[in-house]
Amino acid sequence: MKRLALAAGLVGLATVPLWVGGTYYVNIASQILIYAVFALAINVLVGYAGLVTLGHAGLFGIAAYAGARLLNGGAGHLAVAAGSLALTLVAAGIFAALALRGTGLGFIMITVALGQIVWGIAYRWISITNGDNGVSIKERPNLLGLSLVAPAHFYWATFAVFLVALASMAIFVASPFGASLRGTRDQPRRMTALGHHVWMIRFLAFLFSGFWSGVAGLLYLYYNQFVSPHMVTLTASAEALLMVISGGTATLLGPTVGAALVVIMKNVASAYIERWNFVLGAIFVTIVIFMPEGLVPGTARLTRWAMAALRPRGAP
Amino acid sequence: MSAALALQNLEKSFGGLRVTAAVNLAVEPGERRLIIGPNGAGKTTLFNLISGEIRPDGGAITLFDQDITRVPSRRRPHLGIARTYQIITLFPGETLLRNVTLSLLGLSRLRWNPFRQLERQAALLARARAALARVALDHLAERPLAQTAYGERRRVEIAMALAQDPKVLLLDEPFAGLSIDERRDVLQLVTAIPRDVTIVMIEHDMDVALDFAERITLLHFGEVVVDGTRGEVVAHPRTKEIYLGE
Repeated sequence: MKRLALAAGLVGLATVPLWVGGTYYVNIASQILIYAVFALAINVLVGYAGLVTLGHAGLFGIAAYAGARLLNGGAGHLAVAAGSLALTLVAAGIFAALALRGTGLGFIMITVALGQIVWGIAYRWISITNGDNGVSIKERPNLLGLSLVAPAHFYWATFAVFLVALASMAIFVASPFGASLRGTRDQPRRMTALGHHVWMIRFLAFLFSGFWSGVAGLLYLYYNQFVSPHMVTLTASAEALLMVISGGTATLLGPTVGAALVVIMKNVASAYIERWNFVLGAIFVTIVIFMPEGLVPGTARLTRWAMAALRPRGAP
Repeated sequence: MSAALALQNLEKSFGGLRVTAAVNLAVEPGERRLIIGPNGAGKTTLFNLISGEIRPDGGAITLFDQDITRVPSRRRPHLGIARTYQIITLFPGETLLRNVTLSLLGLSRLRWNPFRQLERQAALLARARAALARVALDHLAERPLAQTAYGERRRVEIAMALAQDPKVLLLDEPFAGLSIDERRDVLQLVTAIPRDVTIVMIEHDMDVALDFAERITLLHFGEVVVDGTRGEVVAHPRTKEIYLGE
């Protein structure tokens, strides 16, 4: 049943450009998948490592700025991807080395500070980032002879990356390393006493999370063909964190659902409701009250409860 | 023969409070050593120093003649030290099997592998099940820890420590909070641990612990007050004065 639902969901997502109706909605779907990859990356830290980050938009932005500069410098798309992701990994290593000096609130505050430093550079180091005006790129790449200029083609390319991200997360979570990471979230002291290198496990998880944040940032750059300081603000980090929390931390589906919720509210609901921010806030409050574990685990719980209530008494 | 575990002039203070005062201790290989003392005597602090969770201010700790005083806490299980906790410290959201698996992973290079599926590591899982069988909990392997009884969790703690095939096992009040029947079960379990494992145990329940101990060390205000065979320590006037009562 679960596999059938998953297959149906994947077929539905794969065929979005065929049934969603209109370029605008195809682009919205692309945005959802880009943010889903970003939210999945944050979920590695928030959900599986228990490390709440408010600075990941910095890594998201570093990949985008690096990609834009490399592309405008004449590099090919493959070199752009390799270069920007390598730079993001280096930045993630620096972020991790600094942020992992603290845990809990200390960790959060250091990630906020690091994110703000990236924002400050994006805003003020004009010779590199072009400041508030941002950096534009001229073209999207061709993939296997297919131009990604067309929204549907870009969506399918993004969908392919999303699938790879999802699969890599599923493998990661089910691996011995994933189990160790969850152990460091639940009982770091005990994990040390069992012989685990808690700091190194968290550091490597941070790199993994940083890598996929960079991939999402690069997709964002190609999607918008533009990057500006707006992309690396504290609000951007908080929004991505809300995607993870609202969808359900430590689940694979939750961040995707959370990304869909936020992107749809921002882009679709805002066309009809002027105070869409208020509605989004109200939705978050409702989720926190009725499904504090997030939409996906919360819905699963309510479904189990409803099934049990509907089952005839005495039935097994 | 060299001592399995030796402490030389070990010292630790928290601010102005001296919790470990020049402690000297030598535990022979295979020995069953009991550490006793009133609350606040520094028994658990001593375990924390041996397992490396806190650093001593002075002195040395040696494990089979290897100085481990500066060895990080995470490396000590790899050298053969395993411990349990007075306050049960497990993974409540995981199954019993996963709890023990995490213990085995602590000493395995597999713990760094992000590609292989943990559920398919048959050899590792078989070892975890065997460790649970040693404490008679293999039938509950797939049960979440949160759904087990307190006594069962105590046994999971011991299973996790035994799974690491330690040379020196530190048991911090393994009978605390257990019923009479559970105490008997855990005592049988501890007694059945082979002699190639040296055991140091902290315990307040003298009725149970005396059956186990060969030598006893009495701590008081961080100092070793009496140290000797079971008979010597029990008969010592200072033991009666400080701990057992008349």
